[in-house]
Amino acid sequence: MPHDLLNVQNLETRFKTPEGTVHAVNGVSFKLNEGETLGVVGESGCGKSVTMLSLLKLIPQPPGEIVAGKALFKGDDLIAMSPEEMRHVRGGQIAMVFQDPMTSLNPVMTIGKQMEEPLKLHLGFTPAQARTRSIELLEQVGIPRAGERLKDYPHQYSGGMRQRVMIAMALACAPQILIADEPTTALDVTIQAQIVDLVIRLREELGMAIVWITHDLGVVASIAQRVAVMYGGFIIEEAPVKELFRNPRHPYTIGLIGSLPQIEQEGRKRLFSIDGMPPMLYQKPRSCPFSPRCHWVKERCRVENPLLEDIGNEHRVACWVDTSTGSERA
Amino acid sequence: MTEKNDVLVKVKDLKMHFPILRGVIQRQVGAVKAVDGISFDIHRGETLGLVGESGCGKSTTGRTILQLYEQTSGHVFFEDKELNALRPEEMRQMRKKVQMIFQDPYASLNPRMTIRDIIAEPLVAFGAVSGKEINDRVRELMSLVRLDPDFMSRYPHEFSGGQRQRIGIARALANNPSFIVCDEPISALDVSIQAQIINLFEDLQKELDLTYLFIAHDLSMVRHISDRVAVMYLGIIVELADRNEIYRNPLHPYTKALLSAIPVADPEYYEGHTRTVLEGDVPSPANPPSGCRFRTRCPIADEQCAVARPEFREVLPGHYVECFKVNVPEQEKEVI
Repeated sequence: MPHDLLNVQNLETRFKTPEGTVHAVNGVSFKLNEGETLGVVGESGCGKSVTMLSLLKLIPQPPGEIVAGKALFKGDDLIAMSPEEMRHVRGGQIAMVFQDPMTSLNPVMTIGKQMEEPLKLHLGFTPAQARTRSIELLEQVGIPRAGERLKDYPHQYSGGMRQRVMIAMALACAPQILIADEPTTALDVTIQAQIVDLVIRLREELGMAIVWITHDLGVVASIAQRVAVMYGGFIIEEAPVKELFRNPRHPYTIGLIGSLPQIEQEGRKRLFSIDGMPPMLYQKPRSCPFSPRCHWVKERCRVENPLLEDIGNEHRVACWVDTSTGSERA
Repeated sequence: MTEKNDVLVKVKDLKMHFPILRGVIQRQVGAVKAVDGISFDIHRGETLGLVGESGCGKSTTGRTILQLYEQTSGHVFFEDKELNALRPEEMRQMRKKVQMIFQDPYASLNPRMTIRDIIAEPLVAFGAVSGKEINDRVRELMSLVRLDPDFMSRYPHEFSGGQRQRIGIARALANNPSFIVCDEPISALDVSIQAQIINLFEDLQKELDLTYLFIAHDLSMVRHISDRVAVMYLGIIVELADRNEIYRNPLHPYTKALLSAIPVADPEYYEGHTRTVLEGDVPSPANPPSGCRFRTRCPIADEQCAVARPEFREVLPGHYVECFKVNVPEQEKEVI
């Protein structure tokens, strides 16, 4: 039995905005085992990024506020940590890679300077050690002529290479968890394939656990071992990757998988589409957040929000309806 | 497939080079060869998919066809008339028939105009005057794209991304066009909304007998919606074929790599399945490689490829490739 590296319990985050309070994350619980890759899937505004930013305490407070919940990292609650303690965890033990590599790098500092700085600060390296380690890291992520390229500025790197640099920086302190927030969304497919392959190789070499946030089900299928699907600030389904794609149970997951065109398909079939649009989260949902768009909707769905329930095969789903039979769950 | 031999749009040797200007007197020091000699036909009623990675020139192709840029050389024919040779007023009339739908539904709608005014703008531009006439047509267009006509006095910010894209589509349809360039119309939308918009495109095509040039980088969506697919790389079309043919039998090494890079939403696909991952990045279109454009990343390139640019040739019926290395055995030609 692998032991939990990260155990998030009932996390709730909201934001105060001029239009009202946005309930972005409404009680999310999940676990991450050592060396495991968890894919977190959902559409814009479903709370996938805010969940991860909250547990690293990277959301600006105010307007953001973590209202409830715990995030136990090797038994210690990240939410309760002081900023100073948190600084050691972030970057050191849990690292994060963001979507847009251009805005995450400082345009007026050379790549070398940006890479060496955390090594000197976090690990107390001398300038010479930091430089050697930076070259090592860049080579590890597949940047040719790493020694020379340290002198370059971010604009001299292509998008794919900048994302490699971001990954190299995240790996600098050998983290136990790498949180990747849509790291390939801004990249072209051939470059995306390079980055996915790189992360899979690094995962095998370094044995770190990964949380991979994305809206792309294809990418999740290629990299994750377990998948959590989010909607309206909740995890609505969670299962091992094969189980989820073979046997999706939540109406939203079924819709998402059904709305993808099948690349192997010869004839032309109308795409299954989910009507309506994702909810605005100005109120904390009391009913099932998906009920306004759901084909299976029952009376109960409109008054009570279902909790994640285990249905066997390590498969958890939050739905009052058993979609395999169409009848209400007992 | 039905016979679609009626050519609506014909593109011949089209080039679009953007000058690079330097210094006080803005001397031209080079050119970004965004589109560098492409030829293809679009038949009436069909959807031609145009795919490629960022910077390959696919959007420039769409815009140049619509004469939003002045082409460097080459020809674009629409209904057998050469667009570049039309007088300004003739071109203005022609714009009723050729329309465009843009990628970003946030940037392409004026935030200070109501939905009615946005959709009515092309009507007004082409002479609709009476308020009732305009309102009736706007209501009709909004129903056509499945929007509630009662929302016509609202502003764009009150709508979601998918709804805004519907507004953009209604505007494009206002003057009954026959040809629409769809420039990445679903890239900015969420997955569940993409399917709604794609279905709408298909319904409208049937109802209104439209012809689409569908530009996208999502290869699986392009296969879904297109009748034929053209693959672009660094300003040229490397391969063009029927939708099933190009996915079943890709011949150009770039098409092969591109197809194998598509993430497949099936975890079992990845068991024991290796893909060809291309090395490196796309070269700059301001300074493209000599000879074949793809040779710097091509796994099978040799000296021949650096010397001259391969011809864009029909290797199988309806299947065009620009590559020296593609050889199709005679017997295979007969089978197809």
